[in-house]
Amino acid sequence: MINKLVIANLKHRWIRTILSSLAVGVQVTMILTIVGLSYGMLDDIGQRSRGVGADILIRPPGSSIIGLSSANIPEKLLDFVRKLPHVAIATGTTVHPIGGPNSVTGIELESFSAMSGGFRYIEGGPFRQPDEVVIDQFWARQNKLKVGDYASFMDRKWRVCGIVEPGKLARMFLPIKLLQDLSANTGKLTMIYVKVDEHENLQTVIDGFKKELPGYQIYSLEEFVSLISVDNVPGVKPFIYVVIGISIFVGFLVVFNSMYTAVLERTREIGILKALGATPQMVLSVLLREAVVLALVGSVAGILLTYVARWAIMHYVPGSLTQTIVPNWWPIATGVSLMGALLGALYPGWKAARQDAIEALSYE
Amino acid sequence: MSETPKPLIEVTGLTKTYHMGEVEVRALRGVDLKVRKGEFIAICGPSGSGKSTLFYVLGGLASATTGSVLIDGHDLSNMSDGERTQIRRDLVGFVFQRYNLLPTLSAMDNISMAQFIAGKPQHTEGWFKRSLEMLGVGHRLGHKPRSLSGGEQQRIAIARAIVNQPALLLADEPTGNLDTENSEVVLKLLRDLNERLGQTILMITHNPEAAAFAHRIIHMRDGRIV
Repeated sequence: MINKLVIANLKHRWIRTILSSLAVGVQVTMILTIVGLSYGMLDDIGQRSRGVGADILIRPPGSSIIGLSSANIPEKLLDFVRKLPHVAIATGTTVHPIGGPNSVTGIELESFSAMSGGFRYIEGGPFRQPDEVVIDQFWARQNKLKVGDYASFMDRKWRVCGIVEPGKLARMFLPIKLLQDLSANTGKLTMIYVKVDEHENLQTVIDGFKKELPGYQIYSLEEFVSLISVDNVPGVKPFIYVVIGISIFVGFLVVFNSMYTAVLERTREIGILKALGATPQMVLSVLLREAVVLALVGSVAGILLTYVARWAIMHYVPGSLTQTIVPNWWPIATGVSLMGALLGALYPGWKAARQDAIEALSYE
Repeated sequence: MSETPKPLIEVTGLTKTYHMGEVEVRALRGVDLKVRKGEFIAICGPSGSGKSTLFYVLGGLASATTGSVLIDGHDLSNMSDGERTQIRRDLVGFVFQRYNLLPTLSAMDNISMAQFIAGKPQHTEGWFKRSLEMLGVGHRLGHKPRSLSGGEQQRIAIARAIVNQPALLLADEPTGNLDTENSEVVLKLLRDLNERLGQTILMITHNPEAAAFAHRIIHMRDGRIV
């Protein structure tokens, strides 16, 4: 019967119910989108690293796992690596940030193609002129670029000569020498990718690199990809916790406002329940259950909105952001919204439970 | 020699004083009252005579300042809020001037809510069915209050008040919001409930015509029965 009253109350003020649920839903979407972006973008970096086809990565001393801008490896090291035993192919890259999460990557096309199996061109072909850039399909979609169009970055205009399938290292590619010169990193690399001749020689080669290249960070590709996680990237977890904290607060405010108004509006009804012999606990229970329903409906709406957010990201900024759906976070986000809602309903519920029946009955 | 039955309501020396800021309002100034089981009593008096305060105290909605209030052997004067809540649930049914139905629930659910709060099974047969037939609202139970007329709402309110077969039915100006025709219907229903089901009724009214439906009329003035 209490549930019937709760549902009847929520249906009675359906616009407020929908708006309150949506507001709760937005905070759920906020959590799931932030977490989905964190996981998605890191996962995307991992997937694109795998797409290079390398077995080993060499990074400069002191660089962080997802740091992109440090080009501290002398290029002559690449020649040295190529001569080491069991090294089948080695290729170097230079990465230069161009604003936000975006960067352009310099590659030596021949060795990169040999290692990765080469680009699959959807449109156009490789760069032949010094003002040409190869971009992937996501970057092209995000910036509405076709072959022959011009893209602007690094204070220059670049003609798009080829659009490739995504999944190989980066979104935008330039010839490495050109990027090194333009970014004042002549003769320097950001990373060296190595493919070994036989997989069973992998550990031997890694051990050899560690001996020959002291201070450098040597990872097998699988190890590198496993390190690209929320746990290993500084700042991501605290950021998620901050978002959760904000969400609880927002949920608290939304439900507090909704329930406080509801209690004021329903003063007389609370008086009726009390006249009928309802205990303060029952009155509190009605309000808390309403908050729980708002939070649950809001959570479902929030989860559905996450799909909308992902669609929007994939539609408008697929080259900059990648969002994954994170079902394992659904219970957490729902729990967060429930906590915010219950906290928000506590004071209005307590106020309703303590209401004097006679005053409530005479409320106009 | 037959023993006189104990009264259902026995009020002795009841006073009630409100404090409104620094002003002391003595709403009841020593009320003595005995009501036997099965009586239909009207309490009349002008505004400010204390009849509503007496209604609230007898219904367990307000506590007494001094004096004793016995309802069916339970002394309300020494009870906590929680205990008085239990008395309202178990012994008293209320009918208000403004009907006071829950607007979001259907008429049937309004009645069921009283049963639920009292922890009683939600029966729809037997006594319950007979009382609904008597009230003439059986066909309107699926409607929400806003689609019922004033008279129908008051009859649903009466059904809700008696559904748990309370020892005492308290009615506060039950015809105050009704036209003459509906007033008469409601008053006749109250008299029928009293005569056919033996329901003890205490009705507050300032309308002499309404009071005339009762067995006994008690007049109040300045917080006293006169």
